[in-house]
Amino acid sequence: MTTPVSTAKTSGKEVEKDASMQKQKAMMAAHYDRLTAVPETGAKVCNTFVPGNLNELIKCFDLLNNLPEINAIQNGLRRLSGNFVLEAEKIGHSEDVCTYVKSDIGMMAKGNIAPNGKKFPAPDVLLLSYTGCFTFMKWFELLREQYKCETIMLHTPYMGDGKFTPNMIEYMVKQIRDEVIPKLERISGVKFDIDRLREYLKKSAVAEDDLVYVLETAKSRPSPIDAYFGGIYYIGPIFGAFRGTDDAIEYYRFLRAEIDERRAAGKGPVTPDGDMGTEKYRLVVEGPPNYTHFRQFWKMFYDEGAVVVASSYTKVGGVYDLGFRHNPDKPLETLAEYCLGVYTNRSLPMRIDMLTQYLTDYDADGLLINSIKSCNSFSAGQLLMMREIEKRSGKPAAFIESDLVDPRYFSAANIKNRLESYFQMIEQRRAANRAAA
Amino acid sequence: MPSTAEIISRATQLFEDLQFGAAREWKAAQPGRKVIGYMPIYVPREIIHAAGMLPLGIVGGGDQLEVIHGDAYYQSYICRIPRSTVELGVSGRLDFVDGMLFPSICDVIRNLSGMWKLMFPHVYSRYFDVPQNYNDEIGGNYYVNELAELRHALGELRGRPISDDELRHSIAVYNENRRLVRELYEFRAQQPWQAPAAEVYLLMRAGLILTVDQHSEMLRDYLIAARAVERPRRDNCRVVLSGVFCEQPPLNLIKSLELAGCYVVDDDLLLVTRWLTADVPTDGDPLRNLALAFLHHSESTAARFEPNQLEKGQHLVRAVKRTGAEGVIFACPSFCDPALLDRPILQHVLAAAGISYIAFKYAENSGQMQPIREQAGTFADSIKLWSGQ
Repeated sequence: MTTPVSTAKTSGKEVEKDASMQKQKAMMAAHYDRLTAVPETGAKVCNTFVPGNLNELIKCFDLLNNLPEINAIQNGLRRLSGNFVLEAEKIGHSEDVCTYVKSDIGMMAKGNIAPNGKKFPAPDVLLLSYTGCFTFMKWFELLREQYKCETIMLHTPYMGDGKFTPNMIEYMVKQIRDEVIPKLERISGVKFDIDRLREYLKKSAVAEDDLVYVLETAKSRPSPIDAYFGGIYYIGPIFGAFRGTDDAIEYYRFLRAEIDERRAAGKGPVTPDGDMGTEKYRLVVEGPPNYTHFRQFWKMFYDEGAVVVASSYTKVGGVYDLGFRHNPDKPLETLAEYCLGVYTNRSLPMRIDMLTQYLTDYDADGLLINSIKSCNSFSAGQLLMMREIEKRSGKPAAFIESDLVDPRYFSAANIKNRLESYFQMIEQRRAANRAAA
Repeated sequence: MPSTAEIISRATQLFEDLQFGAAREWKAAQPGRKVIGYMPIYVPREIIHAAGMLPLGIVGGGDQLEVIHGDAYYQSYICRIPRSTVELGVSGRLDFVDGMLFPSICDVIRNLSGMWKLMFPHVYSRYFDVPQNYNDEIGGNYYVNELAELRHALGELRGRPISDDELRHSIAVYNENRRLVRELYEFRAQQPWQAPAAEVYLLMRAGLILTVDQHSEMLRDYLIAARAVERPRRDNCRVVLSGVFCEQPPLNLIKSLELAGCYVVDDDLLLVTRWLTADVPTDGDPLRNLALAFLHHSESTAARFEPNQLEKGQHLVRAVKRTGAEGVIFACPSFCDPALLDRPILQHVLAAAGISYIAFKYAENSGQMQPIREQAGTFADSIKLWSGQ
């Protein structure tokens, strides 16, 4: 079940993938096939965002979920996003703004082709789950202009004071109950059934338990997973179109068994080059990765024996490891709490608390921040976060910069240089600690 | 009666004073007084005023502030206003400020609210969220409760709750101030040579630091003085300036536009001074009145969701028609998500309406105005020579 397999050759070298990665890839491919088959099936499509993705609710209306960030990531991984970004800039979008948006706009301008080579369907509705990112609002205003379809705003208040209040919950529940649901009923032609929602939520919680289990295996030494680069594969189904489905339950059960097996065998994570060698450095990472050079970026870590044991990016679609689970007993409130709690909707002090705690809980050597040029939601304030976390934890931190899907901002030599310096810093810190002991 | 030159001289002093001397003097004049800073784009200043406190607009450090510490807090790809605001804070220039409000405008200002809590733990600071849902029973109720929280917090800060009557009085005072601001904007739209853009801007900036009564008096005086003396009229075109609602353009940039041949007849500078476009009722529940005014009588801007696609950008078309403008200048701060992401949509709307536009970027400390002057001058020439009139 868990034997790594070699997959399609890239640059003349075979890529090692866990069986779970293969399964995840097949799930994602099947979803793209469902989306591009819309002209034949007549299914209706709801575009929405990963943070604040209300997949259980969307499924209640038999709508297919299409997530533009995931499409941008796919285009980044397949080295297409660079041209899409340029295309968007050519038609008037600023070089300063989010490259996910520009990749999406550029992709539309170039035919709107999905990863399976077929055309994406136009959405029937844009569910603007405005959660943790200002750009989302503008992004869907831009898409609305192109698609001329109905746009439903679901505003999630920001947890500026480090908590959510009854007023926030009530506001969100009213939006969902009195506006989102009636509009989705009208657009889909499907009547809302709260028991159906409860069923999906129940399934979500099962998968969420297993996801948390998997993420927390990184507390073992060696960590059987990489919770950033590998973690991106693990979060795919639950952050995407599969939360609330049997497929997700099956995937996370499968993944859990696979990781348990690795842990029992004392193995580290599987990397594109096979099993990682000796674990030398355990890191907590803040910020999204670069996708245009994903493998090259990852290699800089595993070549040095560095494994990421916890990351904030794997919490953008839900912070489950701090206890949240979708709760079928309060179906609308739980959707509100889910949206409120996603990582980028948390105040800076909350983010600092979380990362500092990770350093302890995962017995990490230090914090690495990958600051993304075009993502202010993540990036603004990260330098203060770094200093504050260093101060509180006493562990070294480092700062590198890249971009999500714009290849122009990935400077391999710079990043590698900084990482090597950082690993030296950790070594020095260890030597000093040994000397002091 | 003071002349326009005297009034603008006073406004310029206030503008150039990076120690916020006028606010410090106000606070020192009476024991127990408190000052609440706020950033763009909108806060209900009425509630601060009702608490007997001075609302102080903080819009960065401009081009005269040397940012020494602030750059250490931000990467190069983040706009300038948060770093100069941090500079103001860490350099002690805001050490008299008792509270800071960070309105919902973008992720940078949002995250700055958390930074402020960490950097200045003894200062009351709050991220001030506003609804993006404009249904009275949904967004309205939410906002009333948010306003009530702010009212409660400021009442705690002064040691006494804020009464409804105090709020009603403050609403009336700000209604009057907004009426004067609107009158000034209308006056400028009719006779822009009589109220140059830089002067109007300085008057609005004064409104960020003076008490509302002092500011209203300044506006009244200026309107009288500006109407009393004829000034030379240039053969300029008339433009609406858009995108300047957060990080401020250098004063020289505003002057350069007029020198280049563009009378600014409307803009989105310092929107807080006229955010509410109609008077707020002074009877009934004051918080509900403020909330409903926000929902239904607010300026349109990038930080607000526009639920109706057909309405998107029409505020700009209406501004052009209302003021007799001949074009729009999009001036956006570098790395400003709201302005830069909104700009393509607004440009499409203008193109569909047959309205000319140009676009450029700036930073609050931009020093080189020649390229902007050339671009604006060319735009003015193109309107004058080839607009088909």
